[in-house]
Amino acid sequence: MNTLALQQYLDFTYIAAVVLFILAIKWLSSPVSARRGVLAGEIASAMAIAATLFNPELVQYKWIVISLILGAGVGIPLGMVKMTAVPQRTALSHAFGALSAALIGIAEYYVGTTPVSRFQMGEIGLEVIIGSLTFTGSLIAAGKLQEILPQRPIVYRGQNIVSLSVLGGALGLAVALVVNPAHAFLFPIMIVVALTFGVLLVTPIGGADMPTVISLLNSYAGFSAALLGFVLNSKVLVVAGALDGSSGFILSVIMCKAMNRSFTNVMFGAFGQVATGPAAAQEARPVKSASPEEAADILAAASKVVIVPGYGMAVAQAQHKVRELYDSLSKRGVDVRFAIHPVAGRMPGHMNVLLAEADVPYDRLMEMDDINGDFPQTDVSLIIGANDVTNPAAKTDKSSPIYGMPVLDVERSHTVMVIKRSMNPGFAGIDNPLYYMDQTLMLFGDAKAFVSNIVKELGHG
Amino acid sequence: MPADFISNLYVFILAGFVGFELIKRVSPLLHTPLMSLTNALDAIVVVAAIIITGRHETRLTVVLGTIAVVASFSNMVGGFFITDRMLRMFKSGKSKQS
Repeated sequence: MNTLALQQYLDFTYIAAVVLFILAIKWLSSPVSARRGVLAGEIASAMAIAATLFNPELVQYKWIVISLILGAGVGIPLGMVKMTAVPQRTALSHAFGALSAALIGIAEYYVGTTPVSRFQMGEIGLEVIIGSLTFTGSLIAAGKLQEILPQRPIVYRGQNIVSLSVLGGALGLAVALVVNPAHAFLFPIMIVVALTFGVLLVTPIGGADMPTVISLLNSYAGFSAALLGFVLNSKVLVVAGALDGSSGFILSVIMCKAMNRSFTNVMFGAFGQVATGPAAAQEARPVKSASPEEAADILAAASKVVIVPGYGMAVAQAQHKVRELYDSLSKRGVDVRFAIHPVAGRMPGHMNVLLAEADVPYDRLMEMDDINGDFPQTDVSLIIGANDVTNPAAKTDKSSPIYGMPVLDVERSHTVMVIKRSMNPGFAGIDNPLYYMDQTLMLFGDAKAFVSNIVKELGHG
Repeated sequence: MPADFISNLYVFILAGFVGFELIKRVSPLLHTPLMSLTNALDAIVVVAAIIITGRHETRLTVVLGTIAVVASFSNMVGGFFITDRMLRMFKSGKSKQS
């Protein structure tokens, strides 16, 4: 077969792969067809890799084979992590994706058989900058999620000016390289500056903003792959990168909307700093608390219960106990549903995955907009490790830092029960008036232990 | 402006629109698997990494290419694997009883 004909076979294989990529995402739209989507993606990727191995440009296979084996060796354990570790695994995979896109751009720059044109230099420069900053930014995010690094935002005076100047520096170096591609010594400096910016970008962002940051890094990783497609003139990369990039982008927009905040606010706002002041003043206000026995009695007498899970449920690994509670109440004929706020947890969809892992049927998991109207007919709302997403101050108190954020209307239900370690304010340090309301009972303790005690009591009764 | 750039831009914009329309329809229930699946699809950059490695031009490009293959192929393998694991867990109330 001559080279030209072979090239056409390769192109057709890539086109088929691209079609399957699009179908993969289409099938993911519903849990019924979603696994077919994974299969489509796997077939497409396998086809594209197999075709690439026939590329006539390849002259040496040793390192390809070694690196594929190593890649599988790293990838399989990363695919087997516990569901509670999914947010950090996802951040790590953004880092890997961006790293590989950046490295290929760098290699392309140094191949040097033909001098790069100014236009190519611009493409490579931008691609390597985005890839590099996404790499370090995602590593920091993974470190925060794994709790190797402090989860609270780390901020200092003049931070935004410093960060933006570093980004400006990286872009300036790229422009200098476009103006004079002969100044090759600037290229590694540009990479280091971009890597530094990635660190500066994510360090000041913490906890509750993680779902947005993860989505944003996802989008950057995708767009760096798409840009690499431009550099290499590879349409399959352009398509895969555009799909990944737009997915991350849409998720970031959804996350921002769910917090009523703008992109700029997430990037430069350092959420956790906003309201440390008023938190100190509220300790004296009276709250009502209840024991597991009392909580079990109230739940057993209810006919409609809504459980609101949050990051605290993930931290306490309470999802399996929560499912036992669900089973126990369902057996008694209680209608139990789960209300999932879009930003509950540390990444989009985090709570759904944990509850699915614990075997809660997904048709019991309700989105905020679908369940908010049902709270007035709800006998008990049980809040497990969620705070800000249930805070009625977001609707009424204009001075609250979360004013305007869409929240779950739990205070409309007849009884509200909140499982919480202590009266310490939540991550953002914002007081929650819900806890002082007449219909609210505080259940103090570890989420897992407390739910487990409720289940025991229900078993006795 | 090179002709390749223009045709790539067409592809990019059209794929972006298709992605936007499809992803809008993905249920929030599946946002975590969506992210891990798109990550795995994005790992198709492995084909570019394979070409860089296999062209065997300079020691530097082989080293960079090899690391890039490891990083992207591990993303691909791990991404598909964990997405499928997650999706297997999503069961509806009806299918659970049957």
